[in-house]
Amino acid sequence: MNVPDQVLERSAETAAKLQLVDCDIHPSLNHRQALHPYLEKRWRDHLDTYGSLAHCVYAGRGGPYPRFTPETARRDAWPPNGNPPGSDLEFMKVQHLDAHDIRFGILEPIVGANNARNTDLSAALCTATNDWQVDEFTSKDKRLKASIHIGAEDAELAVEEIERRAGDRNFAQIQLGSRSVEPIGRKRYWPIFEAAQRNDMPIGFHVGGPSPYAPSPSGWPDYYIEDHHVLTHSAHAQVASMILEGVFELFPKVRVVMIEAGFAWVPPLAWRLDNHWRKMRSETPLCKRPPSEYLKQNVWFTTQPAEEPEHREDLRLLFELIGFDRMMFATDYPHWDFDDPQRALVMPMSDAERRMLFHDNAMNFYANLD
Amino acid sequence: MSISNAIDCDIHPGVPTIKVLLPYMSDYWRESFTARGQDNFQPASYLPNAPIACRPDWRDGDAIPGSNFDLLQKHALDGFGSRLAICNVLYGGSFSISETMGAAICSAVNDWVKAEWLARDPRLRASIVVPTQNPQLAVEEIERLADDRRFVQILMPVALDMMLGKQHYWPIFEAAVRHSLPIGLHAGSLYRYAPTTNGWPSHYLQDYVSNNHAFESQLLSLIAQGVFVKFPDLRIVLIESGVTWLPGFLWRARKTWRAVRPEVPWVDESPIDIVRRHVRLTAQPIDAPSDPAVLERVLNQIGSDDMLLFASDYPHWQFDGESVLPDGVPARLIEKMVNDNPLATYPRLRETIQ
Amino acid sequence: MGKHIVAALAEIPPGSQKLVHVRGRAIAVFNVNGELFGISDTCPHQGGSLATGATVGLTTSEEPGKFCHSRPGEFVRCPWHSWEFDLRTGQSWCDPRKFRTRPYDLSVEPGEALVAGPYVAETFGISVEDQYIVVEL
Repeated sequence: MNVPDQVLERSAETAAKLQLVDCDIHPSLNHRQALHPYLEKRWRDHLDTYGSLAHCVYAGRGGPYPRFTPETARRDAWPPNGNPPGSDLEFMKVQHLDAHDIRFGILEPIVGANNARNTDLSAALCTATNDWQVDEFTSKDKRLKASIHIGAEDAELAVEEIERRAGDRNFAQIQLGSRSVEPIGRKRYWPIFEAAQRNDMPIGFHVGGPSPYAPSPSGWPDYYIEDHHVLTHSAHAQVASMILEGVFELFPKVRVVMIEAGFAWVPPLAWRLDNHWRKMRSETPLCKRPPSEYLKQNVWFTTQPAEEPEHREDLRLLFELIGFDRMMFATDYPHWDFDDPQRALVMPMSDAERRMLFHDNAMNFYANLD
Repeated sequence: MSISNAIDCDIHPGVPTIKVLLPYMSDYWRESFTARGQDNFQPASYLPNAPIACRPDWRDGDAIPGSNFDLLQKHALDGFGSRLAICNVLYGGSFSISETMGAAICSAVNDWVKAEWLARDPRLRASIVVPTQNPQLAVEEIERLADDRRFVQILMPVALDMMLGKQHYWPIFEAAVRHSLPIGLHAGSLYRYAPTTNGWPSHYLQDYVSNNHAFESQLLSLIAQGVFVKFPDLRIVLIESGVTWLPGFLWRARKTWRAVRPEVPWVDESPIDIVRRHVRLTAQPIDAPSDPAVLERVLNQIGSDDMLLFASDYPHWQFDGESVLPDGVPARLIEKMVNDNPLATYPRLRETIQ
Repeated sequence: MGKHIVAALAEIPPGSQKLVHVRGRAIAVFNVNGELFGISDTCPHQGGSLATGATVGLTTSEEPGKFCHSRPGEFVRCPWHSWEFDLRTGQSWCDPRKFRTRPYDLSVEPGEALVAGPYVAETFGISVEDQYIVVEL
């Protein structure tokens, strides 16, 4: 299944003209023990014996829903050395960073570190993941920026990790999963927002995470076609939770971005929250203004997986409703539902809108992009 | 826009106390509820004193919202000039952990609705409430009442013991089709699972807003499990689901299906087409934007004028005064919502009305 | 119209696939159990290279829960979003009228015949002992 020659040839052909910031690139481990050099012996032994136990069905794999492609990846993203997609920086450069003229790429490691039920292990894995990102990627290619991976379930350890990295220019944001064990606006997570605000680091919520709960309020769907779709609900829930619990009232300078959750849901959620908050605001005293105002103030969205309305003008309407200033382009490279910068968002845009979407918004949003 | 002579597809008579149901129960259950001193089976999905449960000017002191027949008649039927209205009772039988108790309460509710609501106003129709906790018992209840043509729908909360598309529930769908009864899924949860995939929110407001996670995932389940292939005549009505989320849901459903449809090869057409053919929504609330022009565009994105049904959601607080529908709903759509679409959705309504 | 040599048959043995370029066109060539198929390489959705996609059979169903698998290897899934394309027609499965990629007729000719022309061998020499895949454009 490896066809590197063809890939390289094709990438050179399609070199893009648009300089961009890609807000979602997934680096991956080139072998199972790739984090071992960054872990104490205690945790190396633990991992070799028990693995990283999460809320899951199977021993040897992550989620309960079998994905549709190996490593959830684009089939053309396997490097020539046969290691997993996203693990080979040289190949990533040629196929992705160079080919698409990417000025900066934000790394979103999904290596299970923040999913471990053992929160001490989770914290050790997150620290290791952060060291590994710098060693293997950001120190070798200045276009790449790391995310401060944290295990949110132990907020104290999470804050320690944020403090450890906050002055390091290799890092552009704090990374959280969209599926926390409790709604993320709850008080037990507030120290994370406090630390983010204090250090002026934005928070990226990437879909997925350690939640033990069913994907649906009615339980467990049978199929990946369902699970893949309803993943987006975790992002809806986090946005609603942060707003209603008062996170943006208490920490008004916090900036968050919802990553890989699509965006067609944003305007209807805002309308729904506003309409029902007006009647029941007495329940949520820390949400002092209409929820949509916090959305406009504190929340951004990446574009992938791009919505594909039946009529092209409806795509543009979504951007107008959410605001071109809130939207940031992401490819999700090397995953299978990758969005191509040239082809994913087919709609009329002014040059100014295009610049905001592909470049300027991310430059302003993230830390250390300069 | 003022509306009259409409068919109101969602009103809520309230069960004030288990006592009103006791006359419709067997000796065993009558004694059981009395001897055990058990009452207050209002579902947590509709906290009786929460603002959403009753519009302020429709409140009747501390009474359970919707429990006063005269007020319902005055506010909902006379007030909106509706020619017909469908009673959807949200009460403990549909939510209980126990299958047998659930069945007993559901049966009593249905007989109570028949005797104390349908019999008192010819404009009223009703949904059969069923214990989905045990589909066999649910089917028995449908069979018991199906001959009464004033029951026009089978009603269940949207979040159940498990995903709705599973074969576990197919006997209910089979009975529904056999008796020309759509399945009405109403906002609300049995709370077997957390209201969000991230667990339990602190606030009722978030629970309520999150109902559309259940609506979306149940629609996907019905599609992915091939329910509409197996039961081509089945109609699903989403009640109190909101409306404006639908276009985005359809786009994402189609996009995912195009990619991974071999996983569910019996789904051999776009989910958008399936939903347009089989699914209807009551348009209360709509969850509208403040700009009517935007609302009109979003409603047009649904791509079908057949799907929305007029509803007041009485006594729930969704709008004030006479503005049942927000500005921006196109006149041509309102015309269909108030009459044609309900008649097409509920075949039994056509039997008693021209 | 002219016939163009796109590859030596030996380069694309059964079960393999290759991207070739003929007169500026990118063509994905598949050898399915000895039968050759050519389609335009670019996915009409977002432009994934179909030559790098997985070849699969056709999955259909007669009723919910039942799987029917036929035509092994005759469909390619785009390497990006997994849309399926019928190698015989170039049509997508999900929306065959709207989304399709151009199919090309391929034939196999002996090198002996090709040496005589009028074929155009663009990138390689021809050996009279070998077999070649030819497309008419």
